[in-house]
Amino acid sequence: MPDVRAIDYAGSERLTMNMGPQHPSAHGVFRAILTLEGETVVGVDAVIGYLHRCHEKLAETLAYVQYPSIASKTDYVAAMSSELAYVMAAERIGQFEVPKRAQYLRVLMSELQRIASHCLWLGTWCMDMGGALGGGATIFLYCIRERELVLDLFESLVGARLLYGFHQVGGVRYDIPEGWTAECRKTIALIEQRLDEYEAMLDDNPFFTMRTKGVGAISRALAQDVGVSGPLLRGSGLNWDLRRNQPYSSYDDFQFDVPVQAAGDCFARYRVRMVEFRQSIRIIRQVLDGLPAGPISSRPGVKSLAQVKVPKGEAYARVEGPRGEVGCFLVADGSNKPYRMKWRGASFSNLAVLPHILIGCGVADVVAIMGSVDPVFGEVDR
Amino acid sequence: MSWGALPPAVQALVMGGVILGALTGILAYVTLLERKFAARLQSRIGPYRVGPRGLLQPIADGVKLLLKEDVIPETADRPVFNLAPVVFLIPCLLIFGVIPFAPGIGVADLDTGVLFFLAISSVEIVGLFMAGWGSNNKYALLSAMRAVNQIISYDLPFIMATLVPVMLAGSLRLSEIAAAQSRLWFIAYPVIGQIAFVFFIITAVAAENRVPFDILEAESELVAGFRVEYSGMKFAIIQLAEYAHVLGTSFLGALLFLGAWAGPGPIWLGPVWFLLKALLVFLLITWVRWSFVRIRVDQILRVSWKLMLPASLLLLLATAATIVWRTPHA
Repeated sequence: MPDVRAIDYAGSERLTMNMGPQHPSAHGVFRAILTLEGETVVGVDAVIGYLHRCHEKLAETLAYVQYPSIASKTDYVAAMSSELAYVMAAERIGQFEVPKRAQYLRVLMSELQRIASHCLWLGTWCMDMGGALGGGATIFLYCIRERELVLDLFESLVGARLLYGFHQVGGVRYDIPEGWTAECRKTIALIEQRLDEYEAMLDDNPFFTMRTKGVGAISRALAQDVGVSGPLLRGSGLNWDLRRNQPYSSYDDFQFDVPVQAAGDCFARYRVRMVEFRQSIRIIRQVLDGLPAGPISSRPGVKSLAQVKVPKGEAYARVEGPRGEVGCFLVADGSNKPYRMKWRGASFSNLAVLPHILIGCGVADVVAIMGSVDPVFGEVDR
Repeated sequence: MSWGALPPAVQALVMGGVILGALTGILAYVTLLERKFAARLQSRIGPYRVGPRGLLQPIADGVKLLLKEDVIPETADRPVFNLAPVVFLIPCLLIFGVIPFAPGIGVADLDTGVLFFLAISSVEIVGLFMAGWGSNNKYALLSAMRAVNQIISYDLPFIMATLVPVMLAGSLRLSEIAAAQSRLWFIAYPVIGQIAFVFFIITAVAAENRVPFDILEAESELVAGFRVEYSGMKFAIIQLAEYAHVLGTSFLGALLFLGAWAGPGPIWLGPVWFLLKALLVFLLITWVRWSFVRIRVDQILRVSWKLMLPASLLLLLATAATIVWRTPHA
């Protein structure tokens, strides 16, 4: 792999350009110091950490009943998956049982969250490529329109639209209210239909394919070396999905396909995510059809901070979030707070691939590739 | 003293004043039209708070921009930076000078009207480059580089596309081109007319730096490109110039292909028909803008030199052949 910092500065006119942390397509607060030769990127220095909020230290000071709501804030676009990783780690240490209904509800929320997150990805990515004053903004607004519908579902369930605190150790905190199932079916049917519209708008659009095909290709070997996960990995030809390879929370009860594309470029990642949309809808339908009755938690509702105590031990739990593998490592000392906690953010590992694929592409490709990687900086910097 | 007895210079001056005044109003409302149109495309409502149905929005925008602080970056090249918006605006307004809005209504009906239009509208690049250079900003500089690349590349196919109606009419004078369409609008001319119109729209979008060819602004890459450092009234002037250019090109398109002021009703309705046709072309350009993603600078150049230019040359050749073929030989 080329050492991106070892650049020969002699003999040519080069321009150092700062992209971020305040930049329209910084996706939060990413800073890339680009070395340009004309329009071609010859060097990248990636700077992260602008959104560091001491999440791991914070987890040591908060009880098991408190932290799930804070875990939402690591990947705030897909809050459900990081919460789930945290409570799964605690359950694994304490060997707490999770009722079947709670497991199904967890799957339901994870998949709805995947749809909401992918909606935001598609919109912002197209806006990166198409501009806030162009076709990109049109797709962005369409996607946001659909994302809002999913957030409405979350709101009627939890009362919050972005950060939920839905999961708790031993189950989930809220059961679905009356009429929610019908509303959910209506929403996913509508989204399914809108997905056709997006694909009609993008798949054969020459401008879109010009910008995405062959751009930012990640080879299978590179993907494995860097440790990317999620749609990036599957877009590079690796058939790996935790939901199928290491099923958790009853994922093995459901039928779904794992999309794999060999090309590894932006278009391949786009195709993977578009299929994931539909597979999520498929899983949601199965959950709604087969939702068992019963309690939603093996433990009583939260009354006090000392209520959940986890025995001494350590465990690592990982879930397949919309962006890839979200892992949580917990060390418990028997009290009501973890002794140590460590996040494995999907965006963080995915972002590490950028310096390898940005070299040699144009300035315009930088934003297209950034968008296709779909980082959320809350999860990168934590 | 009657209008016809006035010296031509005075006539032109009065006409210029009237057109400039009308133009400023039209331009302000064209921005509103675009915003409403784009909003509908995006399933939004668009501006609606200022005045009935948002009709006072352009005025509010203008007042806001007037009141804004005018920031000049400390390291900017001040004379160049300050002059650039004006240099950009003048050619964009001058192009209206040769457009006849109705028979006899226009500032100057030059023999070489089309040529003047094309020549003057490419001068805007000087203003663009001055803005990019004078700002002393890396985004602006990159944008200025792109601007030169793009506008030079697309002016050639743009000229070729405009030459097709010129050849069909056999004149460079815009009023004569309009008159030549009294029987058949050039867009209805078999095959050649339609291809030329499509070429015209594509190259016009490119020459006006609109999405998908807006690489000079490219706010997701270059933030706002050459105008990243401009604020207040200077920003407004740049904006005005851009819209003037788009509208001017729309008028040209309506004149070259859509029969200019021809339409049902009394003769004084001519300018209204002309305006409506120009707005139609404008909305076509806007529709393209709000539907596509932007393409990359190298792709833009490749499309221009390897595709548009040879194709437009072939089109010109085909036009010439058709004219020769259809002209009765004595």
